[in-house]
Amino acid sequence: MNFAASPVLELTLPVWRARFLLYVFVSGFVLLLGRAVYLQGLNNDFLQAKGESRYSRVLEVQANRGSILDRNGEALAISTPVKSIWAIPGETHANRRQLARLAALLEMPSAEIEKRLADTGRDFVFLKRQIAPEVAERIAGLHIPGLFQNREYRRYYPSGEVMAHVLGFTGADDIGQEGVELAFQDRLAGKPGSRRVIKDRLGQTVEDVESIKAAQDGRDLSLALDARIQNLAFSQLKAAVAQNGAKAGGVVVLDVDTGEVLALANFPTYNPNNRNKLAGAQLRNRAVTDTFEPGSTLKPFTVALALEAGRVRPESVIQTAPGTFSVGGATIRDAHVERSLTVAQVIQKSSNVGAAKIALGLPAEAMWEMFRDVGFGAAPGLGFPGEATGKLRPYLSWRPIEQATMSYGHGISVSLVQLARAYSVFARDGELVPLSLVRVDAPPVGQRVMASKTAGAVRAMLEMAVNRDGTAPRAQIMGYRVAGKTGTAHKQENGSYAADKYVSSFVGFAPASRPRLVIAVMIDEPSAGRYYGGTVAAPVFAQVMAGALRVLDVAPDGPMRPIELPPEGQEVKESV
Amino acid sequence: MVRLNLLLLVVLAACALGLVTSQHLARRLFGELEQEQERSRQLGVEYGQLQLEASTWAVHARVERIASRQLHMRVPEAKRLQIVRPEEAAK
Repeated sequence: MNFAASPVLELTLPVWRARFLLYVFVSGFVLLLGRAVYLQGLNNDFLQAKGESRYSRVLEVQANRGSILDRNGEALAISTPVKSIWAIPGETHANRRQLARLAALLEMPSAEIEKRLADTGRDFVFLKRQIAPEVAERIAGLHIPGLFQNREYRRYYPSGEVMAHVLGFTGADDIGQEGVELAFQDRLAGKPGSRRVIKDRLGQTVEDVESIKAAQDGRDLSLALDARIQNLAFSQLKAAVAQNGAKAGGVVVLDVDTGEVLALANFPTYNPNNRNKLAGAQLRNRAVTDTFEPGSTLKPFTVALALEAGRVRPESVIQTAPGTFSVGGATIRDAHVERSLTVAQVIQKSSNVGAAKIALGLPAEAMWEMFRDVGFGAAPGLGFPGEATGKLRPYLSWRPIEQATMSYGHGISVSLVQLARAYSVFARDGELVPLSLVRVDAPPVGQRVMASKTAGAVRAMLEMAVNRDGTAPRAQIMGYRVAGKTGTAHKQENGSYAADKYVSSFVGFAPASRPRLVIAVMIDEPSAGRYYGGTVAAPVFAQVMAGALRVLDVAPDGPMRPIELPPEGQEVKESV
Repeated sequence: MVRLNLLLLVVLAACALGLVTSQHLARRLFGELEQEQERSRQLGVEYGQLQLEASTWAVHARVERIASRQLHMRVPEAKRLQIVRPEEAAK
């Protein structure tokens, strides 16, 4: 057969048909090319994203919350990862046995779990938060569909109730809610970051593409607190509150040289590790947020002012007979009647009449300035949430009787921290020290409030108060010279003074030859019969001070002989 | 000319295989790095937990209780104390 002679080849088709097909194909290719250029060059975001989503993942990078340490590096608060268990109610299918195991592991009644899982309208429900990683692993081992786990952090406080008020606590999301945790939230909190990676078919990360945001761990915080002293202060305070049937109490220990708060204890307290039952009264950091009328602990400031103004000298004699003194219709009384006392003895025996007489010889404005200069009526600047300023009324509204009562600490209110800080003036030769909750490396610059000679004179008087003829023989410590002042004040209730409710306090420092520590103790409403600052608060001071001086290796500056107490019933009673 | 082209082809193939191998190696090393980093995180967590445990065991109240009850230790009485000052000790 001869193909070349095929009649089919003889046919001639019109040229336009070939052209037409050519155009159709060419335009088809142009269209495809255009689309390809559009998708790959001009508008490639969508497909790029689709493609990347097959292999690229953004991972969250966790950041730790910083730890809180004491001044010697002992851990006071640490965050550690825990798990939270959550479920998608509509998709969770657990059989009876699994449910029972789950309930046992979560320590929840299974009826409660069933109730939560029955709420199918929701897409997300927490079963339990903050459970231990080991328990979470066993729950994962149950292989319940629709049940998931999240990693989160939980804060632990090894010292428990001892430092609860200083440290505060964090909420479920590890955000500070109270105390140092709240005050230093910015510094402690970590900033979580994220990074983009490439994952393979098996879900393993094979390549790091970029760091979108670097994670930043929170910084550790070294507090000024000394765990040993804090513990001592807390245990002594707890014992004293129980022994005196008191409602509450507080202890503040300050380092004289640096203004650091070495201990700050309150009672009643709470356990920050168990956040279920936290409520009202026990949460209050009384030493910082509550104020009280300090009573006689303010007398040294009145006397210092009089010395400074040149009105009196330590040995000037003040008439205190007959133990009462009338000012504008009101009567000021002494518990311990003496014919006359020197200015030094007014402090030693804590005479209200003496203090009032000294105060009335001074201008109200100068007294107000002295109180203001030693830090009353203003926040002590610790940086704590809710620091109390106390009440110091402007001097223009003072009546003479008020000026007289203020000289012995009535009609004015202060917090325990303010009181302790004010005494640093006597301990530091007339300088008021700024306080710090965090460790201080260089000693801060104090603010001069009175001449160092005046401070020295008052210090000598305060030392007299702490011997067998003063109001605070029980504040003595063997081997050390101690200076301090008792305070006993009626509590104000509904605008008048309650006859049987007292606040007993003691503020002092040691060693008197070169003070290292100021300690202030306050016991609120002692109800076991004794209520004088000298019998209730002074022993706590002595115990804490003796222990703290030993812990800090402070050399003794006094005679090594047993302390002398006055015979039973002959103790100098403080005027209330 | 053909020989040169063939040589270049062989070199190209070798380079391509080399690239695949090194990419594979890089990914394996990266996987190891990831694992080590995870381990370091785990160890960090464990360190925190051990610190917590140490603090819990060393709680002062507990140490004090053990010292006084189990070991029968107590603070010496005043008359049995003697203070040695550095300047006296030097003599």
